[in-house]
Amino acid sequence: MGSYVPSTEEQRREMLQSIGLSDYRELYKDVPAGMYLDHLLDLPEGKSELEVSRALAAMAKKNRVYDTVLRGAGAYDHYIPSIVKQIPAKEEFLTAYTPYQAEISQGVLQSIFEYQTEICELTGMDVSNASVYDGATAAAEAAAMARDRKRRITLVSASTHPDVINTIRTYSYGTNDEVKIIPTKNGKTDLEAMKALLGPEVASVYVQQPNFFGLFEDADALSDAVHESGALFILGCNPIALGIMKTPRDLGADIAVGEGQPLGLPIGFGGPYLGFMATTQKYMRRLPGRIVGETTDNAGNRAYVLSLQAREQHIRREKAGSNICSNEALCALTASVYLAVMGPDGLAEAASSSMAKAHYLCEQLCSLPGISRRFEGEFFHEFLLDMPKPDKVLAALDEKNILGGLPYADGVLWCVTEKVSKETLDEVVSIVKEAIA
Amino acid sequence: MTINPDLQYTKSHEWIRMDGDIAVIGISDFAQDALGDLVFVNLPEIGDNVTAGESFGDVESVKAVSDLISPVTGTVCEINEELLDAPEMLNNDPYGAWIIKVNNIDGAEDLLDPAAYEEHCASEA
Amino acid sequence: MKLIFEKSVQGRRCSILPTCDVPPTEMPSSLKRETAPMLPQMSETDVSRHYTELCKHVHGVNCGFYPLGSCTMKYNPRIDEEMASLPGFTSIHPLAPESSVAGCIEVLETAKKYLCEITGMDGMTFQPAAGAHGEFTGVLLIKQYHDSRGDQKRTKIIVPDSAHGTNPATAAMCGYQVVNIPSAPDGCVDLNALRAVLGEDTAGLMLTNPNTVGIFDENIPEITRLVHEAGGLCYYDGANLNAVMGVVRPGDMGFDCVHLNLHKTFATPHGGGGPGAGAVGCKSFLVPFLPHSALMEEEGHLQVRSFMGNFLVVVRALTYLLTLGREGISEAAKNAVLNANYLMARIKGTFTPAFDRICMHEFVLDLSEYKKATGVSALDVAKSLIDYGMHPPTMYFPLIVHEALMLEPTETESKETLDWAAEVFRTLYELGYKDPGYMHEAPHAAQIGRPDEVKAARTPVLRYTRS
Repeated sequence: MGSYVPSTEEQRREMLQSIGLSDYRELYKDVPAGMYLDHLLDLPEGKSELEVSRALAAMAKKNRVYDTVLRGAGAYDHYIPSIVKQIPAKEEFLTAYTPYQAEISQGVLQSIFEYQTEICELTGMDVSNASVYDGATAAAEAAAMARDRKRRITLVSASTHPDVINTIRTYSYGTNDEVKIIPTKNGKTDLEAMKALLGPEVASVYVQQPNFFGLFEDADALSDAVHESGALFILGCNPIALGIMKTPRDLGADIAVGEGQPLGLPIGFGGPYLGFMATTQKYMRRLPGRIVGETTDNAGNRAYVLSLQAREQHIRREKAGSNICSNEALCALTASVYLAVMGPDGLAEAASSSMAKAHYLCEQLCSLPGISRRFEGEFFHEFLLDMPKPDKVLAALDEKNILGGLPYADGVLWCVTEKVSKETLDEVVSIVKEAIA
Repeated sequence: MTINPDLQYTKSHEWIRMDGDIAVIGISDFAQDALGDLVFVNLPEIGDNVTAGESFGDVESVKAVSDLISPVTGTVCEINEELLDAPEMLNNDPYGAWIIKVNNIDGAEDLLDPAAYEEHCASEA
Repeated sequence: MKLIFEKSVQGRRCSILPTCDVPPTEMPSSLKRETAPMLPQMSETDVSRHYTELCKHVHGVNCGFYPLGSCTMKYNPRIDEEMASLPGFTSIHPLAPESSVAGCIEVLETAKKYLCEITGMDGMTFQPAAGAHGEFTGVLLIKQYHDSRGDQKRTKIIVPDSAHGTNPATAAMCGYQVVNIPSAPDGCVDLNALRAVLGEDTAGLMLTNPNTVGIFDENIPEITRLVHEAGGLCYYDGANLNAVMGVVRPGDMGFDCVHLNLHKTFATPHGGGGPGAGAVGCKSFLVPFLPHSALMEEEGHLQVRSFMGNFLVVVRALTYLLTLGREGISEAAKNAVLNANYLMARIKGTFTPAFDRICMHEFVLDLSEYKKATGVSALDVAKSLIDYGMHPPTMYFPLIVHEALMLEPTETESKETLDWAAEVFRTLYELGYKDPGYMHEAPHAAQIGRPDEVKAARTPVLRYTRS
């Protein structure tokens, strides 16, 4: 049996005796007799570390690790520099609690302050929180923070990731608020349809940039219409794209959110990921979650603390805007290390290279007979293709240990990152060519 | 602790002064002292209706938040926006730093005169 | 310490990516970024040293004693980390074909089976990313249940006043009115107070047992019976499960759904504030309402985040479960309780326990008399502990005890550590009488002294700006 209890049998007896007890059962005297388990749980016997590592390795082996991943749809396989994996694995960062005790937590607090600054830089916003669970919950929290007593309805573009739409719906179901979906036109948010839905009860409009189909939305025009109606504009952004794309602030957003996973976190079968959230000065106090602020200590030295805590659940209880406490601090640290290693140039290169490679693959595939883009328009690193025999194509790629695009709405949604070489892309094109022949 | 002899008070430590038919509302010295250094005030909007005995906003210290209870029922006609940038005014000058002004008054809580309020504070201390 | 931006040197960089080997594509001009973000420009040496310096000013549970009540800061085994870093887990796309992810499914199914057995539940989701997120999910299950029966009159959730702040905040996020009921002096549910508020409008009760002062509520069968009788459901906040896992099950206590903090009870690390994982278990009649991913699985269900949740955290928890096995689970709980009682007994001659009786995995000290005698507050004692390399206990919680310090040593601390900790408490107890002024100024040996939190809140500086 494996155990992390250090006390020896003799010490345990000694400790029990010192508090006047002879048996562990006496510690649980308040547990009603009928409930106290008089048998062991139906679990396997404990194992040594060596046996456990074998068991887990065997499970991992049952998963297929593809050499190349051409699937995105919310989880993006970018290159993760080695040091980005090493630093968050340091035991101090890994095993600390939330930094409520500032004097013993300056390292964590400073790293969050640096993360907040980087998110503000990427989004062009004034204030970022310390993170939320993922991009979908960031979107749902943003929709909640945009509501006031009079404006309760959230509009969400149908070109948003389905999981994000469903999460916003679920949070709104909680507070009994309405969500309306804005239809798309040619794969993008339909401006006229949105205008028809806007009104005095609409609190905010959520749009994803680039959207679920990889297309760039006409955010400027959308934002103007949203603001004209008095609602807030929430933009969900891909953080890698932000290396070269106009900031959400410049595109008119009041709240910028997104899935931070592309910033150095592994795709990891869906998590842990990272939700980032930033807003303007005006809405600072509506932002949910932890926020680190700079101050001075009693000797006048620069110091960092968890600040504006009176917004949060442990103080405001049922009147808090959100119940969030634990967030994704270590993932935020990972993103921060990633951004420091990449720098402004490296991030821009990851973005341009992903975009260029996606365009290259798209052009090459579209030159094959029967393959075409579902929607026209400028795109980032994802594109939806209509193609013959998609099952056969994906199976042929699978055979070469390549994970092809995601079958979606009778088409295939492809994604290319900087990780994939031109050589591999050319190989993909020839495999597809053969499969559809 | 000081009690301004020209004001009336609530059991929840707000003060009120009638300025013609407008009620001026703030918090007492006892309240600001108990709350500690205030860092933010959440104010209602002009035009909001307030109800006697119910919350019209709140004040935050670093580790606590406390409801502001309206002594009267009516409509908010003015808010002290200076408090948004300088909540410490409530600590430094509680009887000078009014929070809201209310008109169209239609009902009020049982108010305490300065002597009764002093007794009330003594019982809570 | 300098911020990373203050160490940045224009033009310096790491060499990570190759030159792009396909023709470049221009960003559409209307969308092109005008100025580059001010990100650090550093060599890899700079980055490495920056974070190495930062982590010298962090105290993790693997660095030293961390008796933080209600947070279960137990040792985080390194093998759990190694297993969660296997490429066979980290490199798996959540939308990869089902046939290629059999190992991931096995991890989730196995963890679900074991955790259902531990909690006495029938079904489970791993979608929630943290404890509060699990609470949200659990209370939504309650809401869906009442809605599915067309029972619209249930608008209230009952929460004891000793509860964690997340409980009332969660109920509010689920559209419920929160009914706070006073606790009995020992933090247990006051049955009369409960009876007085139960009725046709009761949607449910949120409760943690052992409660937030570390006492097992012996009336639990009666509590859950009363709530059910009124037509409400019972939600178990698993924050304190470490005291009772393998000993008594929430399902047997009468609870209908439960969240677990895998990052407390099942030894996955806290990461300075996450990621956690808030697995939610429920009885079979609630299983149809469990959340699913619209893209991965099916539409028409609740969904509290993308995909399947914090999968790699579940890998760590499963590693831990497999290591402990059927005997180790209850062994951990029993020794967590023993350690708490032992430490309380060792401290008792000095600081006063708020409840002088057998506790569960944690106990509360009441320093109000001590403060009257010395002027030294619970905060002063907590800050003084830092100078001894001990993380302070939870302060001023639960709200029903004044000048509270709440200690949870966990089972992974040795008798020697507990003896040492008791000695430190004794030393500080005496110091309070001799030199209270010194303790008002503590800590003295930390990187910073006490920060000015009022200044931080009045004039928020929430990001670095190049001056």
